[in-house]
Amino acid sequence: MSARPSNANAGSFFVAGLPYGWLLAFVAAPLFVIAAISLTDPAEGVPPYTALVSRGDGTWRWTGDLDNYWTLGGDWHYVAAYLGSLRVAFVATLLTLLLGYPMAYAIARARREWRVLLLTAVMLPFWTSFLIRVYAWIGILNSNGFINTALLDLGLIEEPLALLYTEFAVYIGIIYAYLPFMVMPIFAVLERLDRAPVEAAMDLGARPITAFLTVTLPLSLHGVLAGCLLVFVPAVGEFVVPELLGGSDFLMIGQLLWTESFQNRDWPLAAAIAVALLLVVAVPILVLQKLSPRATRA
Amino acid sequence: MSRRSTFLLSALVVGYAFLYIPIALVIGFSFNESRSVAVWSGFSTKWYAALWENDALLGAVGLSLRIATVAATVAVVIGTAAAFALDRFRRLPAKPAFALLLATPLILPETITGFSLLLLFVWLEEAVGWPGGRGATTITLAHVTLGIAFATVVILARLRQLDRTLEAAAADLGATGWVTFRTVTLPLLAPAMLAAWLLAFTLSLDDLVIASFVSGPGSSTLPMVVFSSVRLGVSPQVNALATLLVVAVTVVLGLAAWLLARHERRRRQAA
Repeated sequence: MSARPSNANAGSFFVAGLPYGWLLAFVAAPLFVIAAISLTDPAEGVPPYTALVSRGDGTWRWTGDLDNYWTLGGDWHYVAAYLGSLRVAFVATLLTLLLGYPMAYAIARARREWRVLLLTAVMLPFWTSFLIRVYAWIGILNSNGFINTALLDLGLIEEPLALLYTEFAVYIGIIYAYLPFMVMPIFAVLERLDRAPVEAAMDLGARPITAFLTVTLPLSLHGVLAGCLLVFVPAVGEFVVPELLGGSDFLMIGQLLWTESFQNRDWPLAAAIAVALLLVVAVPILVLQKLSPRATRA
Repeated sequence: MSRRSTFLLSALVVGYAFLYIPIALVIGFSFNESRSVAVWSGFSTKWYAALWENDALLGAVGLSLRIATVAATVAVVIGTAAAFALDRFRRLPAKPAFALLLATPLILPETITGFSLLLLFVWLEEAVGWPGGRGATTITLAHVTLGIAFATVVILARLRQLDRTLEAAAADLGATGWVTFRTVTLPLLAPAMLAAWLLAFTLSLDDLVIASFVSGPGSSTLPMVVFSSVRLGVSPQVNALATLLVVAVTVVLGLAAWLLARHERRRRQAA
């Protein structure tokens, strides 16, 4: 490399500049645009929003305001969607953890030659279509679907149970779709866990469950945290799962954003919804950012 | 068997049953004679035949494959560059910001990613007259952005494990930076790049939400067509399509795993 320093420098500039430029243009810029448009008012025509600064009498005038945010905060319809989405995402994350942790633990304790196979089996559904995986549950939970037909045939119920289009169905959908994201980081931590402290605890007379709760669980906590964030953040803004499996009694934020932008074409309000959602998920994202170097290097 | 291992075994059984029974049911009922996807009434392949007659669907498959191929390829090129910048450039300006931008599409809810890109494209169109309407181009740009984030993670992991002495040896023997990269680094990175390409390709092929936001009239990708038919209810035809997708993914992944295993074996033999 020392032979042609100028060439190498030009190369380095290109290698760093290409991804940098792309990310600034298509990750950073959109977030600025969305923030700017959330301060405008809806308008007829193309684009369907007013200008943020307008020119009158030869001077530039700022015409942005926080009206869309007042609308969001003042309308129970929107507040309920935020609270509901947070609740659904929180409960679904907890349920995913309850299923995912024992799986990750069992895989980490399995024999080495089994581990790769078991892990691949967790990841494989992730490679098949998200939409199809959510769709699969419609056929299972429907009033004339698999579960209801089976229960009716066995004579256990008289009438079909209302399983589909409920919050229960949304939980099932989220757990099903995001389980690999919970299992992987927890497994990664558990696999590298030093067994010595656990054995020491047992030698000192701790029962297995006590040893687990006081030694293993605290040591695997950053894997648990990473898994929970990887499930919680996308779940808060989820669209496909509540749209296909959820009821009409309440909308999640992702659905609200979709409706405002496609059906009502109120882009400034939709932008405000997105910015507010972004603020809700920014905290966990920044926590994960602080955490991830440790999680990957540990 | 101890109580503990009984518990762990049942966790595995319940977990894998939960993961695989729904997919198995979808595949099973794609061969059902009747329209029901819950009551078996006889074997038939007519729903597969119906897929071939569905022109909207076939057109969408073509568009999705084109977009996914281009997006995955560009994403791997830029993702490789990003991985190099993170691993090798000590003086990369604002490195934490760069890492944060890279991680953002990984974790941001798709609805935000999609809507913010839509607003960017509309705003750009007003400001500079590009990209000239929305469709395959804007979907590809969005999918490249998503793909870079995932590709970089995969390639960076490999780059960090790479034996740097091999590159140093090539440089000592007089190879220029580019020749070292092409003859030493690139072959060592190739398996990770293939894995990254497959990941970016799958993500593009699978994406409904972002594509819906940034697409325009006349450019419906496969998930968009599937979504509109799923909204109308379950149908064995969707089951048949799902089965074909699962089979295609399994075959491609199996092939990739076999190629990677062979590559690894040869490398070990050579070493």
